[in-house]
Amino acid sequence: MTRNRLPPWLVLLLPAVIIILAVVAIPLVLSLYSSFTPYHLTRPDTLWKWTGSFNYIKAATDPNFWKAFGRTVLLLTIALNAEMLLGLGLALMVSKVTHGQRALRTAMMFPMMFSPILVGFQFKFIFNDNVGLVNNALQSLGLTDVAIPWLVDGNLAMFAIIFAEVWTSTSVFAILILAGLFALPQDPLEAAKVDGCTPWQSFRFVTLPFLMPFIYIAMAIRSLDVARAYDIVQVMTNGGPARRTELLWTLIGRTGYVDARMGYANAMGYIAILLSIGFTVYFFLKLQTARRELGMGD
Amino acid sequence: MAQVQLKNVVKKYGAVGVVHAINLDIAEGEFVVLVGPSGCGKSTTLRMVAGLEDISGGEVIIGDRVVNDLPPRERNLAMVFQNYALYPHMTVRENLGFSLKIAKRPQAEIDRAVDEAAGILSLTPLLDRKPGALSGGQRQRVAMGRAIVRHPDVFLFDEPLSNLDAKLRTQMRVEIKKLHQRVGSTVIYVTHDQIEAMTLADRIVIMRDGHIVQVGTPLEVFENPVNTFVATFIGSPPMNLLEGVIRAGQVVLADGTAIPQPPGLNVAEGRKVQLGIRADNIMPEGHALPPTAHMAFVEMPVILTEPLGTETLLYATLSGTEMQAKMLNPRPVSAGERMRFGIALDKCHLFDAETGNSLRG
Ligand SMILES: Nc1ncnc2c1ncn2[C@@H]1O[C@H](COP(=O)(O)OP(=O)(O)OP(=O)(O)O)[C@@H](O)[C@H]1O
Ligand SMILES: [Mg+2]
Repeated sequence: MTRNRLPPWLVLLLPAVIIILAVVAIPLVLSLYSSFTPYHLTRPDTLWKWTGSFNYIKAATDPNFWKAFGRTVLLLTIALNAEMLLGLGLALMVSKVTHGQRALRTAMMFPMMFSPILVGFQFKFIFNDNVGLVNNALQSLGLTDVAIPWLVDGNLAMFAIIFAEVWTSTSVFAILILAGLFALPQDPLEAAKVDGCTPWQSFRFVTLPFLMPFIYIAMAIRSLDVARAYDIVQVMTNGGPARRTELLWTLIGRTGYVDARMGYANAMGYIAILLSIGFTVYFFLKLQTARRELGMGD
Repeated sequence: MAQVQLKNVVKKYGAVGVVHAINLDIAEGEFVVLVGPSGCGKSTTLRMVAGLEDISGGEVIIGDRVVNDLPPRERNLAMVFQNYALYPHMTVRENLGFSLKIAKRPQAEIDRAVDEAAGILSLTPLLDRKPGALSGGQRQRVAMGRAIVRHPDVFLFDEPLSNLDAKLRTQMRVEIKKLHQRVGSTVIYVTHDQIEAMTLADRIVIMRDGHIVQVGTPLEVFENPVNTFVATFIGSPPMNLLEGVIRAGQVVLADGTAIPQPPGLNVAEGRKVQLGIRADNIMPEGHALPPTAHMAFVEMPVILTEPLGTETLLYATLSGTEMQAKMLNPRPVSAGERMRFGIALDKCHLFDAETGNSLRG
């Protein structure tokens, strides 16, 4: 046999290469390419018309896009910080529980077990201005007698969305921080007590630095999650009223599938991905610094 | 500086008692060493003084305050932990200065104290490293440094040298002794190494199973052990113990060998006893210390030798018991050789065979 044969390493890698090409590379290249065309889902021939950076310039000069961008950053900032603080508090409390801690830890995971779509529907109901639980409760308690337009007022709607987001995902932080607390070495804490620390100082100077890597891991995971937030918002407000809760991906989704302007949607998608990458890189760097601080090496 | 008193101090985990009503008075500036086998409650006792462990009963008094309910930070003591317990995310400098920073001392004072401690412990070149980048001995010195910057009333050491190699251990032992001489604070030092105990202590406290067995200066506990436990625990090699019965003023061993009672003792005929002889007090003839008026001689086959340079440790059997004897100015001895040994009876001890208690006064 003198026929040229592929080298064995290539043969062995081929299945992986094919799968990666099919699943990742081709869609990626195609979507990137289409973002430079006026590709419209109902007119396939538009895919062959090159318009250069037109879509990107359009996105960059579209105030609606930047408002959605800003709102997404806002949601990320508020939701992540709220989840971090609540998760930390929850983890600290659960770590002190001696009886039934297992059951409690399992219960903590419940919110994560529901589909975000259902969570969205649930909170849509809870915050409904007529039949919602919140208004009902407030009115029954006599705290107010007007129907607060939770999902209609822009700020309140944003609050309601953040609330739902925090409700679903605080446990991600709580679980990861709890893992950190379990791994926390006891000796330095005892040393801190003898060195004169109050409980708060022990927490501030010993426990917290140790937990930072765990917090940053949770942040990195959750920033990816929140940056692509779509389902809860879609269900609760559909980006409305009048775009006041529009986030990047609800905007992109609408542009791509409702307006069928896929080329433009892809261009916005790529800008949005840069945001996610930005956040991930940021938290990853923080994580590395925190680990180095702890002498965990890199 | 302060005195420390333990009054009927008890520690229980649930129903299990691990420290049983111990009493101890430690004078101001005294260096007291707690020794005992693993699990006897040394660390627990120390941690109760530190405030890291609840006190189940009795009182711990530091200075003139009952500290039972005070948190560690209000007891003004410093502790060196067995596994160092350094803060991994702080540099050596920050580790050393941490307690002063917490006490809100001015930065200049902190720097001065840290530099001084670093100088004493040769840590100056390491000040900007993290504990992760230090060797065990260096970490140990940082842990010591962290204690000495504070000028506490009481130093607590929990087996601070147990992770070091033999040479470094000797060196650090000297450092600790010097440190105590310089600062003069009260020290409570836990170890299970009797050599550390003998060399460091003003007084040794020997513990077993949560009880204090004997308290005394190193020489007192060495020369007058209250029972066979202390006798075999203190001193190296451990004291040889021979089972026997008193017959006509002599200790008669199982194989019929008769050794006269140590002078000054008058034990009733027929009593079952243990005769305690340290290796220094039983030596082969011709290599022994100058004979005293109270010498006894026995013949034993040597089974093993351990040459140590200036002396050789001989293992021999007497009445079925393995004995260790010292040979000064040693000559080569082959296994199986029968030798005559002299015993300095005035240095020997008699213990009750059942209780193990000393029959000396
Ligand atoms: N949390 C606990 N619960 C139950 N028993 C405990 C607990 N901590 C320690 N003990 C028991 O208390 C006894 C004394 O322990 P301690 O640590 O004081 O021993 P130690 O003398 O310091 O021994 P070592 O030389 O090995 O350090 C041991 O028998 C140990 O098993
Ligand atoms: Mg111990």
